[in-house]
Amino acid sequence: MKTVIKDAKVRGADGKETLKNINIVDGVIESISDEITLSGPKIYDAGGKYALPGFIDLNCNICDPGYESRENIQTISQSAAKAGFTSITCSPLTSPVIDNKTMVMYIKDKAKDLSAVNIFPYGSMSKEGQGKEMAEIGEMYSAGIVGVSDGNVSICNANLMRNILIYSSMFDLPVITFCENPELAACGVMNYGTVSTVAGLIGKPREAEETYIARNLILAKHNKGRLHITHVSTQESVEIIRYAKKMGVNVTCDTCPHYFTLSENKVDGYNTFAKVNPPLRTVTDIAAIIEGLRDGTIDAISTGHSPTFVENKWSEFDKADFGISSMETAFALCYTTLVKTGVLTIWQLAEKLSKSPAKILKLNTRGEISPGMDADICIIDDKKEYRINAKSFESKAKFSPHDTDVVTGMVTATFVSGNLVYSLA
Amino acid sequence: MDLSRKDFIALKYMSADEILHVLDTAETMKYLLDKKNKKAPHLNGKSMILLFYEPSVRTRLSYEMAGQFLSASVVNMEVSTLPENGGNLKEMGPLIDQMGVDFIVIRHPMSGSAELLAKYSKASVINAGDGLNENPAQSLMDLLTIRSHKKDFKGLKVTIIGDVAHSRVSRSNIWGLLKLGASLTISGPPTLIPPGIEEYGVKVCKDAREAATGADVIMSLRLKSERQQANLMPSQNEYRNFFKIDEEMLKCANKDAIVMHPGPINRGIEISTKVIESERCLVDDQITNGVAVRMAQLYILSLGNAKRETEGKK
Repeated sequence: MKTVIKDAKVRGADGKETLKNINIVDGVIESISDEITLSGPKIYDAGGKYALPGFIDLNCNICDPGYESRENIQTISQSAAKAGFTSITCSPLTSPVIDNKTMVMYIKDKAKDLSAVNIFPYGSMSKEGQGKEMAEIGEMYSAGIVGVSDGNVSICNANLMRNILIYSSMFDLPVITFCENPELAACGVMNYGTVSTVAGLIGKPREAEETYIARNLILAKHNKGRLHITHVSTQESVEIIRYAKKMGVNVTCDTCPHYFTLSENKVDGYNTFAKVNPPLRTVTDIAAIIEGLRDGTIDAISTGHSPTFVENKWSEFDKADFGISSMETAFALCYTTLVKTGVLTIWQLAEKLSKSPAKILKLNTRGEISPGMDADICIIDDKKEYRINAKSFESKAKFSPHDTDVVTGMVTATFVSGNLVYSLA
Repeated sequence: MDLSRKDFIALKYMSADEILHVLDTAETMKYLLDKKNKKAPHLNGKSMILLFYEPSVRTRLSYEMAGQFLSASVVNMEVSTLPENGGNLKEMGPLIDQMGVDFIVIRHPMSGSAELLAKYSKASVINAGDGLNENPAQSLMDLLTIRSHKKDFKGLKVTIIGDVAHSRVSRSNIWGLLKLGASLTISGPPTLIPPGIEEYGVKVCKDAREAATGADVIMSLRLKSERQQANLMPSQNEYRNFFKIDEEMLKCANKDAIVMHPGPINRGIEISTKVIESERCLVDDQITNGVAVRMAQLYILSLGNAKRETEGKK
């Protein structure tokens, strides 16, 4: 099958932006040239818009199996396609938990049948996600996981965490850790601080995140293994990771758009749409996260998409579910906050969303637009200004703390292996 | 003064003028309470429901008396927060509306619940305590008590001692007193001080005696045994040694300083018996003022509702 993406703005070898044609044969980029080199291809006219490598989400809950009424493989795949994500990973904390090769195969098979985008499963690092015994990491590796993860429940047992890091090095798998000390986070529902004081809500202190990040970094420093820290949300977390990287710790990390676009003040009026985990922090943290993205301390941006029922948000703040529908707002928020303001160039943003995640997950044929790579590409209208409308989400979770916000940057088409899986009507 | 709020949710949302207006109205209600015949027709034909998701004796009684004295029909309802038992406020609001209720007095273990119910109900919602957030009436009665002894709030030095972090009364008092121009100092075990409270203009003292120095008003708070279980402090005994309000501590305060407590008091732990039994301790005044303040709340809301109704008809 031959496809050509015509007149796409790409980055040439000299780093300058030029309009080129991307020639695709059987899902692989054959060449990027001034001419259309293929005979009789399907032609997609990009009309001078940006072609970026399809985004890769390091952190996403697809809720399938077990919680399909919140989200399922079909809806998340449509949502991802619309958002420009050509590959997503999935949290292992489904029901049952993805902690064995059968479950890995189930996800892969189901994704093959129903998903328009690539779904790369994570395996739970502990059996049943309980944080007590190591799961069969090798078996799952053979079945095709791209990393081991704790979902969003940290491993409290430091010895187990250490052993998982060491053991998984046999497969060179990234160990994706969500860092939150449950004893410190306890029954907190938002950030601990001045805003929680006024709201009378119980806060999760930032130390809950930072102590576990520090612990995991020290474990990674002294042992083999590839540590990845997800959902970085505080200033000190960024600083600790920056220091660790200087020390030579083998670590990568990511944050989510809501941690550099929203502060804890979004909770005002008991706005449950702003109830996420880790909680939204302060303006100072936002600045530190943005600086971390700029100086490369933070390698990647994941969506942290964690759908729930909107009905579970229509309640008292304490009772409401944590969760955010952040897939379809991800690119626009990144573009508006990071590129439009000059913190990153669009190509640097593409690295955070595509190349870095591809490297972390060792998806060697993805994350870049160049000959020989998989033709996972999204087309971006960088001028398009619009209002976020949560009701129009493809995701089942049709709500957002950003609803009605005006943003810039829209995904207008998405290709997975050269196939058009989404195009703006 | 025009006070046309639909609901009574929190002092943090009210202006100084609004707060003073409630106090003024409560003064007139006190006049009624001193009479032999306490029935007034202000809320004749109106109905109120006491929707309590938390057990309460004093607050419920106080609201019930306030409603009865003003001739409203009062219904008591104790419910659980389980959704199947009426815990879903989004369903509960319209349900109560359909039954023609004019006022809902809600007490709930979760912060923001009164505000949430107000969003979903056409009735006037009065917050009688939500989680750790606020208990406006409890605070208004403290303010009324203070005003009857101190005349002016401006420059008044108020010291709050105890578990401020878990006290909704103290939150209401802090926001209210700050708006009225009082200067506030709090003291308590550092684990029980709300984070960042200094940023709102409250002084925090490690030493309770230092906090009490020069105080015109000293407020003590109820200490719950849960705090010890949560390892926020070692023991009530130790608390007593550092934070009990006794005659020694009062020596640091102004000569005419008054002592208050939202009750019930742990005698000898929060306040010494001697101080409780002294003239300075105004716990009884607080309770009488509690009924007056709640009557004022109901009356003011009813005026606002009537006004909205006529405006709606126009």
